[in-house]
Amino acid sequence: MTESTERTGPLVELRDVKVHFPVKSGVLFDRTVGYVYAVDGVSLSINRGETYGLVGESGCGKSTLGRGLLRLVEPTDGEIVFDGTDVRSLKGESMRKARRRMQMIFQDPLSSLDPRQSVESLLVEGLKAHGLAGDKAATAKRLRDTLAAVGLPASALSKYPHEFSGGQRQRIGIARALVLDPELIVADEPVSALDVSIQAQVLNLLEDIQNDRGLTYLIIAHDLAVVRHIADTVGVMYLGGLVEEASSDDLYREPMHPYTKALMSAVPVPDPQVEDRRERILLAGDLPSPTNPPAGCRFHTRCPWAQPTRCAEERPALREVLDGHRVACHYAEDIAAGRIRPHEVEPELVRPDDGAAPGDTGELIPTP
Amino acid sequence: MSLLDVRDLTVVFQRRGERPFTAVDKVSFSVEPGQTVGLVGESGCGKSVTSLAIMGLLPRRGNKVTGEVNFDGTDLLKLRPDDLRDRRGRDIGMIFQDPLSSLNPVVPIGIQVAEVLERHRGMDRKAALKEARELLDAVGIPDPNRRLKEYPHQISGGMRQRALIAIALACKPRLLIADEPTTALDVTIQAQILTLLKQLVDETGTALIMITHDLGVVAGLCDTVNVLYGGKVVERAARHELFARPRHPYTHGLLSSVPRLDSPRGERLHAIRGSVADNIPWGEGCAFAPRCDNVVDACLEGTPPLEPTATGGDLRCNNPVSEEVAVP
Ligand SMILES: Nc1ncnc2c1ncn2[C@@H]1O[C@H](COP(=O)(O)OP(=O)(O)OP(=O)(O)O)[C@@H](O)[C@H]1O
Ligand SMILES: Nc1ncnc2c1ncn2[C@@H]1O[C@H](COP(=O)(O)OP(=O)(O)OP(=O)(O)O)[C@@H](O)[C@H]1O
Ligand code: SF4
Ligand code: SF4
Ligand SMILES: [Mg+2]
Ligand SMILES: [Mg+2]
Repeated sequence: MTESTERTGPLVELRDVKVHFPVKSGVLFDRTVGYVYAVDGVSLSINRGETYGLVGESGCGKSTLGRGLLRLVEPTDGEIVFDGTDVRSLKGESMRKARRRMQMIFQDPLSSLDPRQSVESLLVEGLKAHGLAGDKAATAKRLRDTLAAVGLPASALSKYPHEFSGGQRQRIGIARALVLDPELIVADEPVSALDVSIQAQVLNLLEDIQNDRGLTYLIIAHDLAVVRHIADTVGVMYLGGLVEEASSDDLYREPMHPYTKALMSAVPVPDPQVEDRRERILLAGDLPSPTNPPAGCRFHTRCPWAQPTRCAEERPALREVLDGHRVACHYAEDIAAGRIRPHEVEPELVRPDDGAAPGDTGELIPTP
Repeated sequence: MSLLDVRDLTVVFQRRGERPFTAVDKVSFSVEPGQTVGLVGESGCGKSVTSLAIMGLLPRRGNKVTGEVNFDGTDLLKLRPDDLRDRRGRDIGMIFQDPLSSLNPVVPIGIQVAEVLERHRGMDRKAALKEARELLDAVGIPDPNRRLKEYPHQISGGMRQRALIAIALACKPRLLIADEPTTALDVTIQAQILTLLKQLVDETGTALIMITHDLGVVAGLCDTVNVLYGGKVVERAARHELFARPRHPYTHGLLSSVPRLDSPRGERLHAIRGSVADNIPWGEGCAFAPRCDNVVDACLEGTPPLEPTATGGDLRCNNPVSEEVAVP
């Protein structure tokens, strides 16, 4: 295995990554009638040992970006650099080696675990696939250590997924990723299927593991409070693009993109005093369809700050507006300074597209 | 007299060959006109079964419902099925988590609203359609004229939930029961729907029972909050009181385990240990005892009683969190 020599700086760099899914139609011939622009030009980098949090609403492309990064779906375009190597150029054995170093944790622990496999066999399977299950004693120790790291007793090895509670199953999902000793873990909604009282346990566990092992995380979640808690850097996605990125603290202190402002103002806070005082920015209408994203700024159909012509014509680039704070809005500075005031927006009609199947984040994708 | 007064509501599921399971265990609460009452708790604590029992919508077989559900002086549990259906249609509206499964997929939404108006308010089709258009408009569905003719699958999840609210409102219900109405929706759409519900309560004076696992939703909406654990109410308090001074260790634990958007980062979350799988039966003590930091001997000697608190709420706990301990 190739150990990198650099210990700081980015572990992962995405450059203009696109993942487009063809929309097929036709009775006799599968004609491509359009594309779902699920991820449409995302550039970001994740530093070693850090947690990058990706937030955004359903269908904005978070999972697809995570999967594209691991090449569980093949990106349409762009570069994915992992530890200095362009992952998209890797084939066969070298891709398999890279895969071991990047593991994924899924939302729904039950549907991502094979019910007929004991925990031991689930964990050994991964080791075998990567040629790491040679020595019996070493393997047994590795399994015990991994279970201990996720807070499960060694007796869990002989049990089956249905014998565990939701939180414990998520621990098994984490163990399955961890047993391969990865450097990067992509966690797609790791706590959203769990009860509130269990979420905290799993979030704490993820933090402990990161501290112990120096792991790098990409955590995908729709819950902003969760992401704010766990991530060092947060990226906000809207309709396939990154609209804002900043350190977790900066983003929550001063959200600059109109969409981020609306998103944050919409998150309920469990404190009546805060709730009573809060001003909400209510967005009009629904998310437009990613098969037919609006021209110009993708948010202009719902943006309370949108300005005539430019917002509808020119797609804003993600640019550094403040130190380490990137925003994709033509008018970020004017909005921050109060020179542009929000206005009413008439909701536009949006149809749920029948062409594209909604992304299913729960299924198990076998790591070859 | 309260609009709704639920007394000792108990639902026991009994499948052949299985042990009876008490999903709702002597739950009592009341709702005044114009008031919003929250039922919160984790998955499986009995929120939905409580609301289904109130509405008489539990399956006919396999369960036993006891207690009283007094609506405006009538015990709904004693009504004949026909009378109950009538009452329900007229006076109580319900909104579920998944609007798609509660809408008829082959009937345009406008017709679905109109049919309710015809059935329960005796309108003819023409008047009903006109009113349906107004209702769709009132719940914020853009271009209601066109929406009238559309099928549920042709509109977004947020719009479907609005359509369902329009149907629930069609009869001008005096009580609206909303079971996780925004859980399946995105947070910006959730904000739209919650704002809509709040407006409706303010404008129409309907009472609302809000069922949710999200303490944030409760904080912004409910006048009184009932916290359920293992089928029982463990704490009831006015909104501000509950969040400022949660007295039950479970409530306190929940509030300190959720990450908050507005609190300082970097602190470890205070997790409640174990899971509901560790619960002991209420008959043997406090169900929460195996997970509780405050447990004392009495907690394993029978069900702790629900007792009134000095601040007008109720509490089921032998060793409550002291009033001085704020949520971190
Ligand atoms: N395999 C696929 N084929 C076609 N379209 C897809 C596929 N996977 C995802 N999509 C579409 O791409 C878009 C982005 O989906 P994705 O699952 O990445 O969103 P997400 O941000 O993870 O949403 P959620 O919060 O609901 O998980 C959606 O419109 C989805 O329907
Ligand atoms: N028809 C049924 N037959 C048997 N048990 C049932 C039935 N419906 C519900 N239960 C059980 O009753 C308990 C309470 O269920 P309920 O649906 O009320 O939970 P809930 O609080 O609404 O949870 P959630 O947040 O997941 O919706 C659960 O343990 C559930 O498994
Ligand atoms: S570019 Fe225009 S439409 Fe887009 S977010 Fe900025 S102001 Fe709004
Ligand atoms: S009754 Fe006892 S075990 Fe139950 S919550 Fe109170 S202190 Fe804890
Ligand atoms: Mg997803
Ligand atoms: Mg429920």
